[in-house]
Amino acid sequence: MKVEGRVIKLGDKIDTDLIIPAKYLKYTDPQYLAQHVLEPLDPEFSKKAAEGIILVAGKLFGTGSSREQAAIALKAAGVKAVLAESFSRIFYRNAINNGLPVLVCQGISNVVNDGDYVVVDLESSEVVIQGMDVRMKCRELPDIVLRILSAGGLIEYLRTLKK
Amino acid sequence: MTGQTLTEKILSRVSGRRVVPNDIVEISVDLVGFHDLTGFHVIEVMERIGGEVIYNPKSLVLAFDHLVPPPDVRSAEIQKFVREFVRRHKIVNFHDVGSGILHQILLENYVLPGQVVICADSHTSTAGALGAFAQGMGATDVAAVVVTGKTWVTVPKPFKVVLKGSLKKWVTGKDVALEILKEFKSDYFNGMSVEFFVENPQSFPTDYRATVANMGVEFNADAVLFIPDDETVSYVKVERGYECSKVLPDPNAEYVDEYTVELGNVDLLVAVPPNVDNVKSVSEVSGLDVDLVFIGSCTNGRLSDLEIAAKIMDGKKVKSRCVVIPASRKVFIKALELGYIQTLVNAGCVVTFGTCGPCIGGHFGVAGPEEVVISTSNRNFIGRMGSPTSKTYLVGPAVAAASAITGKLSEPGDVL
Repeated sequence: MKVEGRVIKLGDKIDTDLIIPAKYLKYTDPQYLAQHVLEPLDPEFSKKAAEGIILVAGKLFGTGSSREQAAIALKAAGVKAVLAESFSRIFYRNAINNGLPVLVCQGISNVVNDGDYVVVDLESSEVVIQGMDVRMKCRELPDIVLRILSAGGLIEYLRTLKK
Repeated sequence: MTGQTLTEKILSRVSGRRVVPNDIVEISVDLVGFHDLTGFHVIEVMERIGGEVIYNPKSLVLAFDHLVPPPDVRSAEIQKFVREFVRRHKIVNFHDVGSGILHQILLENYVLPGQVVICADSHTSTAGALGAFAQGMGATDVAAVVVTGKTWVTVPKPFKVVLKGSLKKWVTGKDVALEILKEFKSDYFNGMSVEFFVENPQSFPTDYRATVANMGVEFNADAVLFIPDDETVSYVKVERGYECSKVLPDPNAEYVDEYTVELGNVDLLVAVPPNVDNVKSVSEVSGLDVDLVFIGSCTNGRLSDLEIAAKIMDGKKVKSRCVVIPASRKVFIKALELGYIQTLVNAGCVVTFGTCGPCIGGHFGVAGPEEVVISTSNRNFIGRMGSPTSKTYLVGPAVAAASAITGKLSEPGDVL
């Protein structure tokens, strides 16, 4: 399972209030949430993500609240994967449960630049920057996580088990 | 054999095997909960799973706190939707508008030492004040707990913190939480459970423990647990009228590291926006002009917070806007009986109860553009309390109250 796209790079501690402000939490519709993703940081983010992007971030991506809309909004906006130095525990679980690949990649911010085109192999957890001879190994995802991601989320995964 | 930490002891009980750090285990959950704003999402997920089965209705606790009383039609609609779920399933532990904040209701009525508590809200960590293993999770995870009674966790690495001595006047649990954030920053404890040992139980009451445990999620700790002691037993006895037993770590338990906080050395502190770990002494930032002061939330809306605010504001008038929100109806009633509410209202504060209010920028005093907020709540992220250009400074109740009186970021000594 591979995902790819142009990189948008963000810094440390991208918190859930930045990813999706509380005023949008009265709804769960992915398309509605996608329009407002990362709005306080960059009101144009949603448009930029629409082509399908890979987010690269620093420490503690998703720190803050338990709002699952943060993961839903990123995925619906076109974020194919988040590669970060570290994640907050709750966001990490929410992302996997919603089929958004999240990889812990120590040192990624030093290797990848804004605008690079990267291919992420989720099985091998390898990141390749296209057009450059650069590849990087991230922390491997457990099998169960790969199965959940490949089904598109936890609910979808549980449905495949029922069949 | 090496002894077990409190975290390991609890997770061994609920997983049915002896766990060690980094194990991924399936566990049974003692208490599960949600509020209005995450609750409708949990129920939507349950519907999508295809069946509203509730594993154990008695272990489910619901409280409306985020958008209460509803400030708009959609919030009212959300609450109506959750109320219908409550009726359909005859949920007993349901706390409607006007009861209080979920985390405070859990402390007052439900949580016991050694339990596992999972709720759809990050500040579920608060329940660690009574020695529970408490984690916030998202709607999907919580829906799974409601349906199956189970979840999975990674057993966190244990870290020991000792609280030694006693605090200076006006310094409270909030300053201790901020001191830890100042020392360790917000990423150090990611993947760890932090177990607090209080050397002199009476020196650090449950109200303060609740503030520290609440801020545990701001340390990004997997869990924060106060080792149950006589103060814990006394709190449960006073709130609920019965004795609880202490669940304790083994004396020879091993921790990855430990840290001692000399309580007497902790100063009045402030977290400067936009990060919770950007901590400074109040004296370094004093004099800043203040538009709004908020005293309340699941972090600092308890009786001791209101007592401190009332002592500082007694006989004075506020120069900034001031909103006070006791965390529960129980706290509100006690504060009424003790005269704190009268004092705060006389000083010019707006007082209500049982809502998160402006903490999440929901309502009841959200911040306008460029406004400066001095708040006893837990997050100072960009736009957290309203406009993205507003700025939130996090403090304890004494600094909040003093700042309301002077209209500038102040210490109690400036007004007394």
